[in-house]
Amino acid sequence: MSSVSLGHQENYLAADFRLWSWLTTLDHKRIAILYTVSITLLFFIGGSAAALIRLDLLTPHSELVSIETYNKLFTMHGVIMVWFFLIPSIPATLGNFLVPLMIGARDLAFPRLNLLSWYLYVIGALFAIESLIAGGVDTGWTFYTPFSTLFSNTHVFAAVTGVFIAGFSSILTGLNFIVTIHEMRAPGLTWFRLPLFIWAMYATSLILVLATPVLAMTLVLVTVEHLFRIGVFDPALGGDPLLFQHLFWFYSHPAVYIMIVPAMGVASEIIGCFARNRIFGYRFMAYAMLAIAAFGFLVWGHHMFVSGQSAYAGTVFSLLTFLVSVPSAIKVFNWTATLYKGRISLEAPMLYALGFVGLFTIGGLTGLFLASLGLDVQLHDTYFVVAHFHYIMVGGAVMAFFGGIHFWWPKITGRMYSDRWARIAAIVTFIGFNLTFFPQFIVGYLGMPRRYPEYPPEFQIWNVLSSSGAIVLAFGYVLPLFYLFWSLRHGPRAPSNPWNAKGLEWQTSSPPLPENFLRTPVVTEEPYAYATQRSSDG
Amino acid sequence: MASAAPPLAPQFDDVEQQRDASKLGIWIFLATEILFFGVLFAAYAITRVNHPAAFAAGSRLTDVSLASINTAVLLTSSLTMALGVHAAQSGTPRATVGWLAATVALGTAFLVVKAMEYRVDYIEHLVPTVNFFYPGPQSGQVELFFYLYFVVTGVHALHVFIGVAVISVIAYMAWNNTFSPEYFTPVDLTGLYWHLVDIIWLFVYPLLYLISRS
Repeated sequence: MSSVSLGHQENYLAADFRLWSWLTTLDHKRIAILYTVSITLLFFIGGSAAALIRLDLLTPHSELVSIETYNKLFTMHGVIMVWFFLIPSIPATLGNFLVPLMIGARDLAFPRLNLLSWYLYVIGALFAIESLIAGGVDTGWTFYTPFSTLFSNTHVFAAVTGVFIAGFSSILTGLNFIVTIHEMRAPGLTWFRLPLFIWAMYATSLILVLATPVLAMTLVLVTVEHLFRIGVFDPALGGDPLLFQHLFWFYSHPAVYIMIVPAMGVASEIIGCFARNRIFGYRFMAYAMLAIAAFGFLVWGHHMFVSGQSAYAGTVFSLLTFLVSVPSAIKVFNWTATLYKGRISLEAPMLYALGFVGLFTIGGLTGLFLASLGLDVQLHDTYFVVAHFHYIMVGGAVMAFFGGIHFWWPKITGRMYSDRWARIAAIVTFIGFNLTFFPQFIVGYLGMPRRYPEYPPEFQIWNVLSSSGAIVLAFGYVLPLFYLFWSLRHGPRAPSNPWNAKGLEWQTSSPPLPENFLRTPVVTEEPYAYATQRSSDG
Repeated sequence: MASAAPPLAPQFDDVEQQRDASKLGIWIFLATEILFFGVLFAAYAITRVNHPAAFAAGSRLTDVSLASINTAVLLTSSLTMALGVHAAQSGTPRATVGWLAATVALGTAFLVVKAMEYRVDYIEHLVPTVNFFYPGPQSGQVELFFYLYFVVTGVHALHVFIGVAVISVIAYMAWNNTFSPEYFTPVDLTGLYWHLVDIIWLFVYPLLYLISRS
């Protein structure tokens, strides 16, 4: 039964089938699978909360759930989706699987820390689920003080502790990636030969490592204040509740880039491959992601335009927020330019990636509305904001996550799925997403505030549209579960490079060996050298 | 087994790569620690700016002599730690064990003095929510000062405690001749951590005990 006796040619999945071997594995690929299973579970828990919210909003009066329950639903939806799905989604699953493969390494630099990060994630998730089972939390995912510390009698402690613990899993992942990318690249793999996915992981890791500790300590202060009823966020003692908002958004705004920058990396890989073209402006693409990561630390105040921060600070934060749109726009232009004169084929991953580009563009442009000081007074805390960040986080990050799963599924599992069903899922998701969230821009602009279970009857049409879109969207998310599971048993065996893609991960077998490569690869060409494949085209 | 070739994890090509990775890893970890404490310093700065008089009154109630003794103890422990790293690097295991043991002793002494200080604070009714009593004006804000005092020194003491535990393990490894001039990374990394804990104290000490004391 020992994995050694099975010989050298076994792939990482077949190396050992016992549950214990999975729970103690140090193989980055298996840890990626562990993460994938866990975050999928949490995704559907968080999604169920969203489904109940949308169901309740079908009518102007909250008929399905009580107002208190409604508060708990949107809190749990936010907490689970942000910290237990979106933050780990691409880095901990695809990133874990691909970073060593793409740079020609046998594993991450610190495999035990990698496994520890998964256990921390699970413990954190259990705390969050415990808070849900015990009766929920009603603070909103932002845990604003002094409500969360002094007034809320719900299970703030368990939820905050869960997020705190999960934060360390983020830090360990980020630390591992930075060290691995610095130290373990294959011979010839210089910085500017790295795939953009690696650049994305690098930029994301910088944010994970530099922002998460701030959240962790802030949550410690919230917990202490919640338990002992004293703290620096309590205005009655002379503390400053705004300080909490500053500290919280110092993490939570960069957290948005933790979600979207990996998605940019995934989209770059897919678009290069299915346009059969070099990525246009490769270096600019890499610098743009670093710029987004850096600027991301300087814009948190745009969440606080109406919180009572000084007009001077508001002006500066507004300006800096507009600056983020420059590298973001560079990325959109360059993806588009990559398509130009490409030989485009519309396999399922490409549909997801193109969907990502379109939805991210809408999400980004509506962000400019919100970055404008005057306009934000009208739009703040309305459904316009909800729609905006769902276009980034769901339309952007989740679309790219699904695209990445489809793109690398043959590599991860060694099986091909039904491309027809996958294309249907991609299109259904795209339609369902827009139907869900576009009406929210309109109803938000008309003045419907977020986090209220009741609304004036004239808003009902937009909410009905949104809720019916949610059904389509849910269908788009559930569908892949079926054909992907089907492929595990019945799908045709995948060749090592089914998409004829560039990149070291495609040079090893599908699924890869436990040690990834039989011998360390040597890199001699630029990334995305698709042009040389079709040099006859001229 | 003693002083054999350094252990090489399978994911690394050579010892040098392994050592560079560990070093970069610990520096990144230390960066996260700085941000971790940064929140506390930011909270301190904001609250102090809002209530300078109450914070001055609060800091006058702290026990500066015990804190000064602790500062000396911790600085000395950084010296013994540095000497321990040097001893490991030059391949003298007995000296390594000695310096590391001295560091453990000084770290423990720091914690003992800290506990004594907390005891004095308790007797003087300075522990927020437990028995805090301040007769003068702005008692709420003075209580906030002591809240920060306990959170900051508490989180720092936790780091000292973890450091003492880790250095004890490292000293035991040194006792078993684990390290050599080719391989002493654990000593090196622990040393970096210990120095950071020391440096953080060098900010905590003036902020809590010294500023506007007189």
